[in-house]
Amino acid sequence: MNEILTLLSFGDMGWGDEIALGVVTTVSLALASLPIGLLLGFLLALAKKSEEPALRAAANVYTTIFRGLPELLTLFLVYYGGQILIQQVLSLFGELYFEVNAFLAGMVALSLVFSSYASEAFLSAFRAINTGQYEGANALGLGYVQTMRLVILPQLVRLSLPALSNLWLILLKETSLVSIIGLADIIRYSNMAARTTKEPFLFFSVACVIYLVLAVISSGGISRLDAWAKRGETSR
Amino acid sequence: MSNDSIGAPGSYVQSQIIQAKAPPPVPSSRPWTPTRIAGTAWLTLWIAAGLGIVWFLLNSNHVALVFGGDGLLPVSITHNAKFLTKYGEKFISGFIVTLKLVGLSMLLGVSLSIPMTFMRMSKNRVLGGIAYGYVYFFRGTPLLAQVFLIYYGAGTFRAPLQSVDMWWFFRDAWNCAVLAFTLNTAAYQIEILRGSIENIAKGQREAASALGLPRWVTFWKIILPQALIISLRPYGNEIILMIKGSAIVAIITIYDLMGETRRAFSRTYDFQAYIWAAIAYLVMVEALRRTWDRIEAHLTRHLKR
Repeated sequence: MNEILTLLSFGDMGWGDEIALGVVTTVSLALASLPIGLLLGFLLALAKKSEEPALRAAANVYTTIFRGLPELLTLFLVYYGGQILIQQVLSLFGELYFEVNAFLAGMVALSLVFSSYASEAFLSAFRAINTGQYEGANALGLGYVQTMRLVILPQLVRLSLPALSNLWLILLKETSLVSIIGLADIIRYSNMAARTTKEPFLFFSVACVIYLVLAVISSGGISRLDAWAKRGETSR
Repeated sequence: MSNDSIGAPGSYVQSQIIQAKAPPPVPSSRPWTPTRIAGTAWLTLWIAAGLGIVWFLLNSNHVALVFGGDGLLPVSITHNAKFLTKYGEKFISGFIVTLKLVGLSMLLGVSLSIPMTFMRMSKNRVLGGIAYGYVYFFRGTPLLAQVFLIYYGAGTFRAPLQSVDMWWFFRDAWNCAVLAFTLNTAAYQIEILRGSIENIAKGQREAASALGLPRWVTFWKIILPQALIISLRPYGNEIILMIKGSAIVAIITIYDLMGETRRAFSRTYDFQAYIWAAIAYLVMVEALRRTWDRIEAHLTRHLKR
């Protein structure tokens, strides 16, 4: 028991501080991908519900690609493909070397995947909003932006929150994939610790428990967010 | 009165009848609104990207047209697809490994999830708690961590496992992957089944008990058929998630589609490896999604209104 505590302690003897650094990387990666994914997903949903067939088709191609590819493959395509593409472009301007940052590649890949799923969540929320809401806003003389901001968005947040919070939990778990391209997240540090100390079960269990704790914390935050989004609803 | 006036109403109507108006002019073309411009530009970008990928694949296999050959046609196609001849077969075997892994773990997952669903729904606190903890753990942690926990973590228990003669099982990466995937998919399937069983309207149970049907018959003949119909779509999604998730077994040295891709890329640094893998996964997932939609439409045709 004492040995386990030593292994998990902070400082030179234990791996506690390294794993804590990994937690910071994991959480910051997820938090960095979330706003980009949400924004892209919202724009995609707008494109999918537009009356313009070309726009709808283009948005559907995006969703088909990034929902159909395994997340790991998307990550590799962004990481290695981005590297090759940027290198090709830079070679036009002479001999420049550029290395794609693993964090950035992870962020781009996770945002792409998140946005394609989020767009479906937003789209179904849009469909759940009655046309009467638009007509009412129109009758009050609100313009497009005002209708969106004052009437539609508050309802959209409430309707899409369950699906989006599910996607957030998935995103949190998917960040583990960046350990494969060398980013020092929870899994990466646990792996290093497991190899060094020959205690793989201990360190991977610790990693799993950390992910569970992150999920529990997120659920707490989500239920508060949900209560906030539903504050306008009368109790029935 | 003259004959004229007798016949007048008809001629009156004829003279006064309102001529059909000409149809509205056919709009010559839809206006170029900003959304149309954006959509067309985006679509063009996709097409350009697709053509770029085709060009890249043709270029990296040195496909070329040679004019003035002495064959039947004045044009012949030459190629030097070294990559494909060397790694094509391996890609196919990797594809089969992926299918096997997903198929096997889905089947084992189904057989594990059915008894576990009863545990999860039982009124017994202990059984329900165990099932709940199991589901919470496997849905709350990344699949990658679960695979590592089983494959590398088993090493911690090497001596005890050897003493019960189970070490051969955990030594093999394939067995560990199947075990991890089975446990993972079973956790998700429990929730799918439980959700759909609890979704059945209460009146169905009440009607069955009013008819005096025993509980077992009620479940088997009334609840389950309806629950399975509801769970068709989530089951399809789960298979797709498994196909996509199976890519990570490449990390523990299983040469599935992703593993073969990584091996080919690390040997040749030829990016077409990842392009081929992407095409294969996209085709696989898209084909499954469409067939599943067909199957679902067929099985729910009696529910269409």
